[in-house]
Amino acid sequence: MSVDRETVAKIASLARIKVDEAALDRMVPEFNNILAWVEQLGEVDTSGVEPMTAVIPQALRLRDDVIDADPLTGGGIRDKVLANAPAAEHGFFGVPKVIE
Amino acid sequence: MTDLTQLGVKAIREGVAGGDFTAREVAEAFNANVAAAQDALNAFIVATPEKALEAADKVDADRAAGKPLGAMAGVPIGMKDLFATRGVQTTAASHILDHFIPEYESTVSQKLWDAGAGMLGKLNLDQFAMGSSNETSYYGNVISPWRRNDGGNAALAPGGSSGGSSAAVAARLCPAATGTDTGGSIRQPAAFTGISGIKPTYGRCSRWGIVAFASSLDQAGPMARDVTDCAIMLGAMAGFDPKDSTSLDMPVPDWAGSLNADLKGKRVGIPKEYRMDGTDAEILGLWDQGIAWLKDAGAEVVDISLPHTKYALPAYYIVAPAEASSNLARYDGVRYGLRDLPQGANLQDMYAATRAAGFGDEVKRRILIGTYVLSAGFYDAYYTQAMKVRTLIQRDFAAAFETCDVILAPTTPTASFALGEKIDDPLAMYLNDVFSVPASLAGLPAMSVPGGLNKDGLPLGLQIIGKAFDEQGVLDAGLAIEQRAGFVAQPGKWW
Repeated sequence: MSVDRETVAKIASLARIKVDEAALDRMVPEFNNILAWVEQLGEVDTSGVEPMTAVIPQALRLRDDVIDADPLTGGGIRDKVLANAPAAEHGFFGVPKVIE
Repeated sequence: MTDLTQLGVKAIREGVAGGDFTAREVAEAFNANVAAAQDALNAFIVATPEKALEAADKVDADRAAGKPLGAMAGVPIGMKDLFATRGVQTTAASHILDHFIPEYESTVSQKLWDAGAGMLGKLNLDQFAMGSSNETSYYGNVISPWRRNDGGNAALAPGGSSGGSSAAVAARLCPAATGTDTGGSIRQPAAFTGISGIKPTYGRCSRWGIVAFASSLDQAGPMARDVTDCAIMLGAMAGFDPKDSTSLDMPVPDWAGSLNADLKGKRVGIPKEYRMDGTDAEILGLWDQGIAWLKDAGAEVVDISLPHTKYALPAYYIVAPAEASSNLARYDGVRYGLRDLPQGANLQDMYAATRAAGFGDEVKRRILIGTYVLSAGFYDAYYTQAMKVRTLIQRDFAAAFETCDVILAPTTPTASFALGEKIDDPLAMYLNDVFSVPASLAGLPAMSVPGGLNKDGLPLGLQIIGKAFDEQGVLDAGLAIEQRAGFVAQPGKWW
């Protein structure tokens, strides 16, 4: 199946990546080449085959219900969480106005 | 005095423990090599000579105090810049992680420091580990220390995505380095540069603190000069971590202590589907040589079939981009890294502008493919079908391992190529991983060991794939090849 310019633009918008017209010109044929190539998977008879859900089968663990049991993943580290934010303000992540 | 930078992990550890030289002397020697090669090879994104010295001094002090020394004591290493390192920039070779200085340390790097290793610096890589030639880094290409013997000076690819790691180990800028392997990113660069590297069973090494690419495939592993050094370093990196939900909760065997190149009673499978069109004749020749070496080591050779091999790569290029599109959604210009806020932009505009400016072409390509195959109406046709094929690939291996203990195959279809040769053709680039991707999809341990040089004087690698959890079988077969290949070639120093 081949995708058109409009579809690639829509995908880029879903992925929140701004693309200009020149980039779209380049991307549409590339996108179609890759899709045409992966479509050979359609040849494989997968009837009755379950999709893989775990590479190595294991049971999901529950951690003990203890606050800050592991300080690395616990709470109370607001300043560390904000340390790399491009615009941290008053103890929060700063973003452009979202409500008019 | 011997050139300390010619020594590997085991020799350095033993020399430091025995008092033949100090850890500080080792760190100084490697720091000097790192600095001298940076302009020519661009293997490091940032050098941290003070970190290497600090760790070395601690080892020297511990030794003087009679304290026990760790498995990596006195060994300075390179850290792929995909591992979060506290206080040291972690970029994934991307623009979007500009100025990101983690407040935490990845589990794997912490384990290495705890074992006495020191950090020479953060190694260059393909951006977000997406690439096979180290040409997608925001910080520029890594240049392989190897050159063809035709007298030309063509700059060659060190492989990818762990291209800084492979170049640095091959050029003796570090005795060993960390790598990560999603579809071949440890094995292919190791093969291109004449070094060894192992991707363990999925879950052996914690993914906590490793910048995520495709979480069901990503695995860390060591890259070093020989099999023994890989076994030692893997032992220091592996182990259960409750902070990674797919971490294997099982003991770490003493791989290095149990190494045994006697393969009597072992069966080595040779998959007929790996004899693909387009594979270099010299690589097929080396494969035959590898079969002979393993027979000589006592192994029985059996023909096996992995019927879905040809579908592994296309399945990978659905699964990996799908996971990447989801993982990389976190780069939004809000919490860390780059923010591009055009005049008058709203929040959505800021996301789109930041991601447009911060991601390179290959990363965008994969995010878009991933977004497409996961989008409504296409999910079953692409993603579900790929995951079913993944099940079939895993079954192929399970059936093959009923008649063999390890599998021998080439690591790559060609030797290293010139920079620029494939970067404009994504599909040609993806084919680099045709032999490495199947083991990744099945989560199996696999390693590359150098087998010889081709007519151009470039290294070629052999790949050993093992059963889940059987790193020992893989390392043992690797050692048997290493002992017979007698590979000692190093790139001539031109930098």
